[in-house]
Amino acid sequence: MAIDRQTVRHVARLARLALTEEEEKRTAEQLGHVLDYIERLEAVDVSGVEPLSFAGDASAAEAAMRADEVRPSLPRDAVLAQSPQHDGSAFLVPRIIE
Amino acid sequence: MNASLLPLGELARALERGEARPSAVLEECLARTARLDGRLHAFLRLTDAEARSSAKAADERRARKAPLSPIDGVPIGLKDLFCQEGVETTAGSRILQGYAPPYDATVVRKLREAGAVLVGKLNMDEFAMGSSTENSAYGPTRNPWDLERTPGGSSGGSAAAVAARLVPGTLGTDTGGSIRQPAALTGVVGLKPTYGRVSRYGIVAFASSLDQVGPVAQDVRGAALLLRAIAGHDPNDQTSSLRPVPDYAAALEMPVRGLTLGVPAEYFGDGLDPAVEKSVRSAISALEREGCAVKPISLPNSPHAIAAYYLVATAEASSNLARYDGVRYGYRAPEARSLLDLYEKTRAAGFGAEVKRRILLGTYALSAGYYDAYYLRAQKIRALIRRDFDQAFSAGVDAVASPTSPWPAFRLGEKVDDPLAMYLNDIYTVPANLAGLPGISIPSGFTSSGLPIGFQLIGRPFEEANLLRLARAAERALALPHRLPPLVTS
Repeated sequence: MAIDRQTVRHVARLARLALTEEEEKRTAEQLGHVLDYIERLEAVDVSGVEPLSFAGDASAAEAAMRADEVRPSLPRDAVLAQSPQHDGSAFLVPRIIE
Repeated sequence: MNASLLPLGELARALERGEARPSAVLEECLARTARLDGRLHAFLRLTDAEARSSAKAADERRARKAPLSPIDGVPIGLKDLFCQEGVETTAGSRILQGYAPPYDATVVRKLREAGAVLVGKLNMDEFAMGSSTENSAYGPTRNPWDLERTPGGSSGGSAAAVAARLVPGTLGTDTGGSIRQPAALTGVVGLKPTYGRVSRYGIVAFASSLDQVGPVAQDVRGAALLLRAIAGHDPNDQTSSLRPVPDYAAALEMPVRGLTLGVPAEYFGDGLDPAVEKSVRSAISALEREGCAVKPISLPNSPHAIAAYYLVATAEASSNLARYDGVRYGYRAPEARSLLDLYEKTRAAGFGAEVKRRILLGTYALSAGYYDAYYLRAQKIRALIRRDFDQAFSAGVDAVASPTSPWPAFRLGEKVDDPLAMYLNDIYTVPANLAGLPGISIPSGFTSSGLPIGFQLIGRPFEEANLLRLARAAERALALPHRLPPLVTS
């Protein structure tokens, strides 16, 4: 299945990825190949099949419910220390509203 | 005797008997790493100062005969996606360069509590996306059996480090075969537990419904001891199981007579290297001689596994990797004009080619108009794949026996430009991830040119004990001659 450059550009925008011209071209080709391979799934009869999104232990899902209580979290300084830019109390980003 | 050359299971015994001392073992490991890792490139960084002080503490506990666990004092390496407090954790990506997590992953905490000596962080394909470790932003790891070949991936550093005896044991993660395939290609034991057996808290996520942590060691007993140390419920991982963790090492030597192996026709078809097939069939025969019944089975939906996997895994990855935006941690592109510009430039410069490819495929598969055709359909095929296994298990099969990888270690550069060829590495390993089942790869022999071959067993959910017992029986029955990779003896 061929993918055109415009579709690649649209998907790249959704994924917040800037692509070069060269990357756009290569991505269109390579995704096309992979999607050709994936097309084989269309031949599989899935009528009446429930999708499987969790292949784990049902007991885990039950235990996932817990009381809504305050628990200790990471110290703010330790978290901010990993940020490329912060002012000691918040992460800093370029101006959003002009 | 060089205790550091012993397989983990035997080293644990030597430590228990007082025949080896943790600090001495660590020094041997660090010396071998210094001698060999320039050529191998398994480690991205060593934490030798921290390791030396924890080895010293283990010396004292061992001297008092008060070890914290059977692996107290054993040097362990970690794939570079386990958060370790204060230690750079990159997941093989430029976008996380310099990131030093402010907390420990649950498995890292558990290893510390067991007394393990954490030696350093190991190379991997970027965000665990790849089957050769060539997608690491920090250069590839090589295979100690042939330095021109890859060790497999994505846990290539974890497997190569054990194969080259840099450390007796490591942890990796397996989303589509990333522990088992490199274990096969480097001639070591690698186990992917049942989904939910081991906590994923503090692990850089790739595809959350498939990711699972597991051990790599030279011997089955070593893998059993490591699994015991890391498994168990964790309130910080909502998918982690409440089931008790058995003593996996205790039942290892029990006979396997009466257990049934299923041999799926679909795993022995076109594309399987004849040398691999011969070796795997010899391992199956060895288990037959131990008293296992061998039964031909069919897993008819397995030919669809790779296609379904690349939709499910990329869709989840596209969502998981949205967090790398240059705001809270890691790399930020300079000179962004706006917030959107900051995101797009940071991600463009921070991610490598394969990661971008998978984010784009996943975003495409989840985008308006395609969700039903791709993602939902893939989840339905996933259900069919699980159903195939369930049917085999209810017909009396205890474990499915197959090759781990269709071929032995391939050359660096051989598949890196052809994504689809690279994806087919995982043809026999991906189904266990989609179905959430435990799988193990153990060495079954060598090709005529001396490359290791791996044999895979896939078991019932949460029956790792059975799987390890079968793997141990195969290991014992095959009794492969002791052989060190050429790199180690060089």
